[in-house]
Amino acid sequence: MSRSLVIGAVLSAVFVLAALVSFVWTPYDVLGLDIPNKLKEPSAAHWLGTDHFGRDIFSMIMVGARTSIAVAIVAVGIGMLLGVPLGLAAAARTGTLLDEVIMRGNDLVFAFPSLLIAIMITAVFGASAVNAIIAIGIFNIPVFARLVRGAALSLWTRDYVLAARVSGKGAARISLEHILPNVTNLLIVQGTIQFSLGILAEAGLSYVGLGAQPPTPSWGRMLAESQTMFSFKPHLAVFPGLAILLTVLGLNLLGDGLRDALDPRLRRAKR
Amino acid sequence: MTFMKFATASALAMMVAGAAAAKSDITLAMQLEPPHLDPTSAAAGAIDSVLYSNVFEGLTRFASDGSIIPGLAQSWEISDDGLTYTFKLAEGVSFHDGTSMDAEDVKFSLDRARAEDSANAQKALFGSIAEVEAVDASTVKITLSAPNGSLLFNLAWGDAVIVAPESIENIKQAPVGTGAFKFANWVQGDNITLERNPDYWGTPAKLDKVTFKFISDPTAAFAAVMAEDVDVFAGYPAPENVPQFEADARFQVIVGNTEGETILSTNNKMPPFDNVKVRAALAHAIDRQAIVDGAMFGLGTPIGTHFAPHHPDYVDLTAESAYDPEKAKALLAEAGFGDGFTTTLKLPPPSYARRGGEIIAAQLREVGIQTEITNLEWAQWLEEVFKGKDYGLTIVSHTEPMDIGIYARPDYYFQYDDAEFQAMNTALEAEADVAKRSALLDKMQRKIAGDYVNGYLFQLAIPTIAKAGVRGLWENAPTQANDMTGVYWAE
Amino acid sequence: MLRFVARRLVSLLVSLAVASCVIFVFVEVVPGDPAAYMLGLNAQEDTLNALREQLGLNGTLLERYLNWVGGMLRGDFGTSYTYRTPVSEMIGERMWISLPLAIYALTLSTLIAFPAGIWAASQRGSLVDVLVMGFTQLGVAIPNFWFAMLMVLLFAINLRWFSAGGFAGWEAGFGPALKSLTLPAIALALPQASILARVMRSSLLDTLGEDYIRTARAKGLSRRQALWRHALRNALIPVLTIIGLQFSFLMAGAIIIENVFYLPGLGRLVFQSIAARDLIVVESVVMLLVFAVIVVNFLVDVAYALVDPRLRVRA
Repeated sequence: MSRSLVIGAVLSAVFVLAALVSFVWTPYDVLGLDIPNKLKEPSAAHWLGTDHFGRDIFSMIMVGARTSIAVAIVAVGIGMLLGVPLGLAAAARTGTLLDEVIMRGNDLVFAFPSLLIAIMITAVFGASAVNAIIAIGIFNIPVFARLVRGAALSLWTRDYVLAARVSGKGAARISLEHILPNVTNLLIVQGTIQFSLGILAEAGLSYVGLGAQPPTPSWGRMLAESQTMFSFKPHLAVFPGLAILLTVLGLNLLGDGLRDALDPRLRRAKR
Repeated sequence: MTFMKFATASALAMMVAGAAAAKSDITLAMQLEPPHLDPTSAAAGAIDSVLYSNVFEGLTRFASDGSIIPGLAQSWEISDDGLTYTFKLAEGVSFHDGTSMDAEDVKFSLDRARAEDSANAQKALFGSIAEVEAVDASTVKITLSAPNGSLLFNLAWGDAVIVAPESIENIKQAPVGTGAFKFANWVQGDNITLERNPDYWGTPAKLDKVTFKFISDPTAAFAAVMAEDVDVFAGYPAPENVPQFEADARFQVIVGNTEGETILSTNNKMPPFDNVKVRAALAHAIDRQAIVDGAMFGLGTPIGTHFAPHHPDYVDLTAESAYDPEKAKALLAEAGFGDGFTTTLKLPPPSYARRGGEIIAAQLREVGIQTEITNLEWAQWLEEVFKGKDYGLTIVSHTEPMDIGIYARPDYYFQYDDAEFQAMNTALEAEADVAKRSALLDKMQRKIAGDYVNGYLFQLAIPTIAKAGVRGLWENAPTQANDMTGVYWAE
Repeated sequence: MLRFVARRLVSLLVSLAVASCVIFVFVEVVPGDPAAYMLGLNAQEDTLNALREQLGLNGTLLERYLNWVGGMLRGDFGTSYTYRTPVSEMIGERMWISLPLAIYALTLSTLIAFPAGIWAASQRGSLVDVLVMGFTQLGVAIPNFWFAMLMVLLFAINLRWFSAGGFAGWEAGFGPALKSLTLPAIALALPQASILARVMRSSLLDTLGEDYIRTARAKGLSRRQALWRHALRNALIPVLTIIGLQFSFLMAGAIIIENVFYLPGLGRLVFQSIAARDLIVVESVVMLLVFAVIVVNFLVDVAYALVDPRLRVRA
């Protein structure tokens, strides 16, 4: 096991665990305000201090992890659920109109920066976590479609696939039985990377007010709301930012480590 | 009420003696940029914030204390029946394009504002005017269809300024007025520059050049003031930074009062808010001081009705809706909502609304009322809340002066429809006697407080941050304006 | 080659047409009446109608779409609802901030990434390599708006080396203008530079492992000579792809960064216009950004085909 895999797994596990624990326990209630105790520096009572409403920042980061992780996971899920079948189909019917339409559709989605999609969606339907998920999810579709199509194209030329074709299996069955299992490693690695990008995107969206709405805590909004107080209460800037940084870092390291562990070719090349 | 007028606060003293200052230009920042530069065809308060009194003047004008003083009209006579106003115009006034300003221009401006196809956002101000007549070059006669106690007040508004007929075509880009400053340049998205008008008819301005810079983001506002990129920030949007500026010798902080009654507007026609007990419960569930402390960092005066506390006719009714969650719960139970209910809370962009909304949501949760918060941009807020009346609760600051009359409009967005109040308002509009007006206003304030029409939170106080050497800034904001005509730098 | 370019050109035009439809339909269903926003709370219905008529908001959907597209083809983007100035002028003005910012950021990112990537690859496994890889990991993971805020806190508020935001204007001179774009460009460039450096490094390592490099090494070239003479040129292809792709990320990232530094660029224009329901501006700016991305991708494809004839078949 590589060092990056270990560090990445530990960091990611910490935040996933924090998110899970927050369902049953947080040091303080994140919905209850305590205005007399606002803007307190970190102390024994409040490990990471309190925000401008007197809410406990440690508790908010725990619940914020939940928001970030939920948004990113569902967005990656949407990307995979729609992107993988599209990629498989395009590869199975390579060179046909279907392939062309899918790939050009991908290019088109790629041409819209994800933030623009998010802005447009929220302009129409209002800002919410669900719309953030949709915006990030849409952007994930072409990522997975391209990845799967590329990998599947080379798999289609393999002997065992040819054998399956000769035996009369249809393209859909071959895709499911022979192609898909062989791209799972790739999907896991890319999924991890997209997951971390999703967390960054969620943070960016909620920072500009297009993500989860109050009172649901989210890391990006914590930064946005306390931005005017950074100059005299730096702890407000440091902790939510660090939470984003460490989570994304952890997932990236995990992704790198997984790629090395799962892809024998790369492992060999590294030695 | 002009919803966009929340942003600006300060206006400036007019007469200050002898100023030989080192610096003759100033950069004043404010939050909102005007969409265009015609104060007579948009509600955007930012237009007045740049142009009122600086570039454009009306027949009358607001003084720093909110009283009405002569503007382009030096004097006036009112007929005994209160139906005819005869204004004597100042002599030798010319527009910035060199043409002279006379009675015909006044007639043109007022007729344009009240015309059938007028795009004036405050058309109702001119509703009682039957005819405007240019008697001679310096005399204007206004005839009313019914007596109107607030005509002089109405004519002081930025929406009633006198414009040059020849300039109307391009007024939105190149405004031509009679003021002590003329419009010079506009870099859209960034700043507007005004230059001193050397041919001003009255006391000339002390500054040669004024740059209005637009910084909407509170963080950017803080950074810009700290880095001394701007000399004044009128309507500084982040009250949490005020102690820092107060502690810094480079700056002075001016906290004046505004006309902004900040209220928890309630949809009076939407169940369960059609039940006065529910509205009363709402009022008792709210801890105003916590909102002032939490959302405004202590700036702002709690109010108990829709009236400015600094106004002589204000009645302090905060005790009638004192914070008492137990009473609120009891009232809810009486109304049949012992288990609480869920409603919507739609919040426009300013931080008083966004932060205040979170605090109110937490306070209402304590008595069993669950709120779904939605943050809206102004345009959406207008569409959904103000026009569509699709909301349960919202928070907004009504920043127009003396706007209690909105409670007499049953189609207004909080949908309060009360014949008794409407009768009082009609009486008030026709009443010119000061004492009788006071008595009526007293009754009206008590009426809406007793009916718990809305949750009355606090009078908005918006700080102005200025460099220590700036003099001549007005403390209070009786109307939305940054009157720069008397501003100068101390040596 | 011509055939390839022609085919790509056709698909480019189809993409643009589809994109314009998507954008138009999307923006048109945005709730909120621009006229109501402009006139405010006390406006009366007849005033509103008069204004809507002036703005051309009363036509049918198809009429308005054809007007919009037809106008754009002639370089006429319509008139802003709120500012009442031609949209093309507004875009032109703001472009002079957004485009230099993107180029500045791209230049910075390349200037940082190339040496870092090459250095790391040439001394693989050394302390330098470990440090470069560590820093790039951080650079990829840091949210750029947070990084931007921290820089403002340090360089603008505490040290006062830079202005905290805003744009000095090109008329103030090249130096001051560039200075006001420096912090935003760094904030934008950092994540891109990190990605680019990593791609540079791994691409170099890949080519260094290729047979022809081994042959060259066997003939007595030092590792360093092999890297500079042979590997670098071939390693550039994936690096160029990434630079092309980054253009779209820079455009998107700029929307947030322009807001952090209140630069009056295209990104802020989009935000302001959405808030003011200035639909015509939103449509045009989004279309322009999408157009830019599509065209850049097209150029990258064509450049590829020029470099590597094998790729022409694929399209």
